[in-house]
Amino acid sequence: MKYDSIAELVLMAEKQKTSIGALVLKDQAKIAETEESVLFATMARSLEVMKDSVEKGLDKDKRSASGLTGGDAYKMKVSVDAGKNICGKIFGQAMVKALAVSQTNACMGRIVAAPTAGSCGILPSALLTIAEDRGLSDDELTMALFTASAIGMVVANQASIAGAEGGCQAECGAASAMAAAALVEVCGGTPKQSEHACAIALKNILGLVCDPVAGLVEIPCIKRNAAGVANAFVAAELALAGIESAIPADEVIWAMKKIGDAMSSSLKETAEGGLAITPTGKKLCEQVFGCSK
Amino acid sequence: MLQVFDIIGPIMIGPSSSHTAGAVRIGKYARSILGTEPKEAIIYFSGSFSKTYKGHGTDKAVIAGILGMETDDERIPISMEIATEMGVTFSFVEKEIDGAHPNTAEIVLKDAKGNQAVVQGASVGGGNIVINQINGTEVSISGKSDTLIIPHKDEPGMIAAVSNILAWNGVNIHGFSLCRDQKGGTAVMTIEIDGGIEEKVNQVILAHPHILGCTILKAI
Repeated sequence: MKYDSIAELVLMAEKQKTSIGALVLKDQAKIAETEESVLFATMARSLEVMKDSVEKGLDKDKRSASGLTGGDAYKMKVSVDAGKNICGKIFGQAMVKALAVSQTNACMGRIVAAPTAGSCGILPSALLTIAEDRGLSDDELTMALFTASAIGMVVANQASIAGAEGGCQAECGAASAMAAAALVEVCGGTPKQSEHACAIALKNILGLVCDPVAGLVEIPCIKRNAAGVANAFVAAELALAGIESAIPADEVIWAMKKIGDAMSSSLKETAEGGLAITPTGKKLCEQVFGCSK
Repeated sequence: MLQVFDIIGPIMIGPSSSHTAGAVRIGKYARSILGTEPKEAIIYFSGSFSKTYKGHGTDKAVIAGILGMETDDERIPISMEIATEMGVTFSFVEKEIDGAHPNTAEIVLKDAKGNQAVVQGASVGGGNIVINQINGTEVSISGKSDTLIIPHKDEPGMIAAVSNILAWNGVNIHGFSLCRDQKGGTAVMTIEIDGGIEEKVNQVILAHPHILGCTILKAI
């Protein structure tokens, strides 16, 4: 498979009466000239690292190397545990986990890039949260990671997954679309519904710029991971309810590419625009590096 | 061609694939070029590396690599303390290297006997690196596959001689570059190969009268 079209992936999964995840695993094993079980075990290891990165990020006092961020996942957890959060348990838990993984990354902890380090909180938080709620097995989650990676490959091939090329829509957008499609699959939706979820998630985040304060993967990245997983749940929820994206996923990816190309380079990971050059953004930069960029 | 683990992965220590994972790999490559235990390291950071290395932990990452750690080693954040405990001294210098990639580091390593290696590398995105200078010689090495560095006399037939030895031993070349200081002087071949190479092949190469050395650098 060439991984250049979501529609094609869905069509093949439908034809073979299988999930996108199983289809991709089979294809990837063939390409790598290895057993499916070998690839599955490697992916299962990534799932373990993801779980660990959630735990490590819940630390109350740990700060990032720059000193700019830390402790947010803990605060969110306290609120959810006390039943105080306004969006319900699933949303609350998802946000806790997304913040936690993203903080682990900022604090030089071990994470799985999914698809990037900057967006590494979205996919694990989506899958681990739904697993808790529905009692899903690690095998089901591991298979869902193959589904997610197929979506990511198409986005990477047809647009980009690098903030420096496509802005944050390429990183958190791709992660969100990957998570949305995977959520649909583990919740019993069809491949077609995964396609709609992917399209909806990406549409909701189109145009988002990459404007990190001081060029660090912290502000606004950590909170955008929380927003990204919320967006993934919204998209999956809509798709599972039978709501369709008017614009097909492949065309949304095409639009994302065009938007990324049109985006000024000051808004693509250079820290020369957006939040990075607000008075506070510049002040924080100076605080970390002793001079503003 | 992309594969699933390019999307879900790599497993790495954060916060940035280019400023952290890539930096570990440049450090690790410098270590393998030195070939012995480093005792002293001077690291020159250029471009974005020099401006942001503290916030990204690039300094800790390079030291971790010099100590031989992998990109997902959880000791990376405390690599400097580990180095100090091991008696490895290190320092960082901000220096603009003309025409270099924005994320460039030059590493000068010395071992206890005073042997030295000078390695310049760039972190080019997603944790990928390009080593572009070794001991003053221009090279272009990704570190993704085993690489042979062969200094030799600048004489006719040297490329054929080496490539023949590799061909006879079933070693496939997928990347090749050559540079020399002056006509008839010393030239250096950089050969990237598929799979590994046996030590006995190395001995055959070294037996050639005009070959001055052959270093096999393992993929990292």
